[in-house]
Formats: sequence, C-alpha cells, structure tokens
Amino acid sequence: MTIRKTQRPTARKNQHELLLEVRNASVSFDMDRGTSKVLDDVSIDIYRDEIIGVVGESGSGKSMFASALLDAVVEPGVLSGEVIYHPPDGEPYNIRKLSDRDLKRFRWEEISMVFQGAMDSFNPTMTIGEHFEETLYAHDYELEAGMEHGRTLLKDLYLDPDRVLESYPHQLSGGMAQRALIALSLLLKPNVLVMDEPTAALDLLMQRSITSLLSKLHEEYDITIVFITHDLPLVADLADRLAVMYAFQFVEVGPCHDVLKDAAHPYTRALLKAVPNLAAALDEMQPIEGDSPDPVDVPIGCSYHSRCPLANEQCVETQPAFRNVSDRHRAACHHWSEAREVLPYTLSNETPEVMFDDAK
Amino acid sequence: MTRSEETVVSLENVGVEFSNASLFQTLRGDREVVKAVDDVSLDIRENEVIVLVGESGCGKTTFGKTAVGLQRPTSGSVKYRGQDIWDAKDGNGDVTIPFPEIRKSLQIIHQDPGSSLNPNRTILNSLSVPLKEQYPQIGTEEREERIYKLLEYVGMKPASSYASRYPHQLSGGEQQRIALGRALLMNPDLILADEAVSALDVSLRIEMMDLMHDLQREFNTSYLNISHDLANAYYFAEKVGGRIGIMYLGKLVEIGPAEEIIRNPRHPYTRVLRWATPVMDPDSITEESDEPPIRQIDIPDPKNPPSGCRFHTRCPEARETCVNRVPQLTQTGETIESGVACFRRDERDEYWQSDEIA
Repeated sequence: MTIRKTQRPTARKNQHELLLEVRNASVSFDMDRGTSKVLDDVSIDIYRDEIIGVVGESGSGKSMFASALLDAVVEPGVLSGEVIYHPPDGEPYNIRKLSDRDLKRFRWEEISMVFQGAMDSFNPTMTIGEHFEETLYAHDYELEAGMEHGRTLLKDLYLDPDRVLESYPHQLSGGMAQRALIALSLLLKPNVLVMDEPTAALDLLMQRSITSLLSKLHEEYDITIVFITHDLPLVADLADRLAVMYAFQFVEVGPCHDVLKDAAHPYTRALLKAVPNLAAALDEMQPIEGDSPDPVDVPIGCSYHSRCPLANEQCVETQPAFRNVSDRHRAACHHWSEAREVLPYTLSNETPEVMFDDAK
Repeated sequence: MTRSEETVVSLENVGVEFSNASLFQTLRGDREVVKAVDDVSLDIRENEVIVLVGESGCGKTTFGKTAVGLQRPTSGSVKYRGQDIWDAKDGNGDVTIPFPEIRKSLQIIHQDPGSSLNPNRTILNSLSVPLKEQYPQIGTEEREERIYKLLEYVGMKPASSYASRYPHQLSGGEQQRIALGRALLMNPDLILADEAVSALDVSLRIEMMDLMHDLQREFNTSYLNISHDLANAYYFAEKVGGRIGIMYLGKLVEIGPAEEIIRNPRHPYTRVLRWATPVMDPDSITEESDEPPIRQIDIPDPKNPPSGCRFHTRCPEARETCVNRVPQLTQTGETIESGVACFRRDERDEYWQSDEIA
C-alpha cells in the first residue's frame, strides 16, 4: 500500500454559513474567596457543516463553553452573553431567550450533546432501547420511524442493533456504550453535535475508531460537530478548524492545518511542543513551564504572560485583542508575529512511509 | 548510562487465571475462567525501561502486577535476582532473598494518584508509614529529613510546605509526583508504573516522564510502564533506550526496542495501534488513514478468546491456519531483546499456502 499525500477534503459548500454565534459569553461562580470566572467574555462563530475542535487543558473553561452553547450551565454558575442560533430555514434567534419548552425542544432536536463517560449518561436500570424510545416519546416523535433511524445509526457505528438495544448499559463495554450514546444523541437528527471529551477514558484504538466514525457520520448526515478535548493530537486529523482555550478564553482560532503547521499564539506553539508525538524528534518535546492562572485571580493583562518567553510590559498591562493572522486565522497575542522566530517547532522529522510495507 | 546485563526480575511462561466460580458452580463443572495472562516470558534488567502497550482487558496490568509480586501466577515462575518470589513468600526450599526485601525492591505507582493517597493524612504522614515499617531504627528527625529530600527530588519545593498538605490540596500532577516519590522512598530496583501519565493533561505528560527519567538515573531503578498510548510509550522508552512490548488478550505479541516497534512494526496488531496513534502533522494525514485496518472494532470477550492466534478475528491478514495454530513469540533480532508472534514472520510457514479469511 502506498501513502498519497493529500489534503483533507475540507471545502464543503456551506462552510462559511453561520450556524452559531457566541457573543460575550461569561460564566461565573460566587465563591468564598471571590468570584470565579470560568468562562471570560468569549465570542466565537461556528459555521454550518464544520468540525471545530476546542482544545484546552483541564480547567481552561472548555466544558463551560460546551454548556454555554446549550444554555445548560449548572447552578450556581451564572451565564451571561448571547448565543444566537441560525436555523437552516427561518430567522436566527437567541437561545438564551427561549422559553423552557422551546429550550427543551431546541436541545436534542437542534443541538445535542455527548458527555464523557457514557456509563454515567445512561440510566443503569433501563435498557439502551428504552433510552431511545423515551427520547422519541418525550419529543413527540413517531416511534417506529424513529427506532428505524436509531437502528441505522447503531449500524453506522458498527454496533449490532438487536443486541445493543436489548442490553443494559453495564452489559456493554466502554467503547460500545460510548458509541451507543453517540447514536442516541443523533436520534432526533440534530444539526449540531457538541461533544465534551467523548472519548476520554477509552483506549487509543477505540478513540481513533470513534473519531473516524464521526467523520463518516458528519459527511453522511451533514452534522456540525463541536469536539471538545484536552487531547490535541486526537482532533488534529478530525477537525476543520481549531479553537485553543487558555485560562477561560480563546487565544487562537483558525483552520486546523494552519494552526498545527504554524501556530501564532505562543501558548499554542508551546502546547504543540509539549505533546508526545511519534513523528517528531524526542528532544523537540518540551514541557510548558509554570501553571495556569487561578479563575478567581486572572492577571489583568495577557493571561499567559507569566509563562510566555515573549512577554513584556505591554503583556502585563493590556489584555491582547484578537488579531488577524490571515483571513480566517486569529490569535490574541501582542507579539504573534515574533512567535514564529522565537519559538520554533517541528511536527515531523520524517515521512511515515515505512509503516505499511509488508511484514518481514 | 550503560545498561547492565544483570536481570532484576525474570518472568518465565507466566500464566494468570481468574475464575468467578462459586463452590456450587465448581462442583457442577461450569466454572468460568478468564486467562488474563497466558504463557508470557520477559526478563527485566537493571536500569531497563519496558513499556507494555495494549487495549483494556489485554492483561497488561495483571502481568505488571505479577512482575512486581503483587499477583500470584497460576502457572510459570517469577524470579527476583534468581530467587522465586512466591517460594520466598511461602518459605519453600532454600530462600536466598527474604520476601520482605523483595517486597521493598519492587514498587508500584497506581493509575489514579488521588485515590492511592489517604485523604485523611498529610503527605508527610503518608510518606512516613513505609519508612517506619522498613526502617524502625531511624528517628523522627532523620525520617523527616529523608522525606523532605525526596520531595525536593520530585520537584516539590518548598518541601516542608508540601509535606504538611493533604492530598486534596494538590493538583493531579503534584499527587502523581508524591506517588512517584513514595515508590522511590524504598530505593527499589523496579517500579511498576500503571498508566502513570495517562491521567495527566497532555501538556503535563512530557514533564512527568522527564522527571521519571531523571530519577531513574539518580536511583538506578528499572521501570515497567503500562500504557495504552503508543506516543507516550515511545517517548518514555526511546528516550532512555528502552523496549516496548505489545500485548493482546493475555499474550505478548511483539516486543523490541522502541524505535523498532514504531518505525517497523511487524505484528499486524502493532500496526493497528500505530494507525490509532494520531498524526500531528497535517501534511502526513492521508485518505487511507481514515479507515481502521482491523475487521472488528471491538475486542473479543476475554472469557472466550478466539482459537489459534487470538488476533485472527480482527486481523486484516488472517488466513485459515491462524484459526487453528497458535503463533509463538520468536526472536527477530540478534538478541533476545525483540520478538514477534505471527506466522508471517516465517517465509516457509504454511500460512502462505493457507486460504485468506480476511
């Protein structure tokens, strides 16, 4: 087998059509020692039919971002800002203004969400099939047609529908339960799928199998996917765009290829160097020194300045706004243009040609 | 650092079986037995690093625990510097190394550092226990001195401040450092690290692995690491010239120097794992790489493993003969350092005449 060097076929027809606009979204928690802002004035656009990878360390606010997209921030967290949804037909609306009833319909039918740990998402006393039926019933969908679609989805995810629908969650392996949960989340044909670490706690092989199934589902059902993870390599060959979070804000957003090949934000560059990677030289890999800021006490200026080798007075005092690196690539850094020179990195020192020749 | 040829732990034809049988079931003869580890041999030498890689349920943790004497094998033998560990424990025959000394020399770091530390004890308290146990003669002051020094070794400064904290006051990375420190406190010959870095954020893994390497030089220990992530395994093993072993359903299917396993995987299963390891460079992402090179995504039930080569149900290269014959791990290099268990290794094997089933 030979390996052809091809670019991902990304340019689908709708990819510049707005689907979700997040405007100045913040989430705060009141704590004894002050207000903890775990999502800090975040704005981002999500386009129809794209797969956007949201990447950040634990505690960077990425799960809060996911909850904000569905207006599902749990108490005592308080969400402010706007999330505007552009339905395929009809006028855009702010989901934060929806009535409870409409919000309930909006979730699952327009946007649905997959959490990590499928076992915790299922009710252990109900079979998988009952979960499917309950969902259809709660949203007044026709049972027979709905179950038919559910079976197709299960088959798409390499599961045996008869066996899985009859099983209780504990009778499935972690990977099977997670796939069944993905099928359930797509049951009502939503336009958007938000996935928060959907493959954490699974084997690498299962993770990769799931991401490759996701790109198939994405093609087949025209779903927009927001894939949230701390595992940058996992989304690297799945996502069309990457959005990097650091300290409760986005610091860099751009086409996946551009962000990986030539990241503009010093944090992204450091992160790319810090990730174990089979193709890069071992001494290329360096940890990021220092710690992320405390959500109660985020620095006034750039939140990354204490760890950044490019930081100067300006970074301590003023928070950098997003700058255009190129047409669709933006980074929130005062010194993005210098980052390339000061912080070099390479992702690959070789061409992976040897791996699929015949065994000898 | 040159690796010594002295073997620390030697596992020979080790098998571990678990059964869930009640007395009643045993009498009726319908015992359900899982062979978690089936006939695996491995020598771990001084200062050596070996990483075992495989999917969940492949027996890598059970095998690792057998290597450090925490799990009694149901067949085969485990020797520490020539002394059979379980003979020492049971007092069978001529015991040259007493069991408590073996126990001290073989340590473990668990996957979840948070739950391996007692939440009601300060770090100082937790770390004092093994010292009191093993060195009852040393005084409080010297004990604290040793603990502080060790905390500094694992990068936790100021040591006295960290020592007085409780586990919940530490981050995941810090807890893992404590666990590593606790294992080193006994100055062991071998540390079993069970997914020690996979619970950490991607961005903290290199730092943790570098620390483990530094301490290896300092303390002259060997590591047996367990991981499901080939990229981490490669970094951890290759940086210090170690080996990677691939396990599948209780069998060691391939082992060799890290570079060899990554650049030239011989077993079809190793190639599957190689495929599953994400490529970061967008220029080397290919169309083919989207399709899993396996016939089934799910691992077969370990209670009822496939006959012959256990990988034949998923293997893209499987032929009729793989259904019936069990491939043995055969040496691939000049030394016994590497081997692969696949019929495709041998040009004259009847495999090549057999019908394809894939």
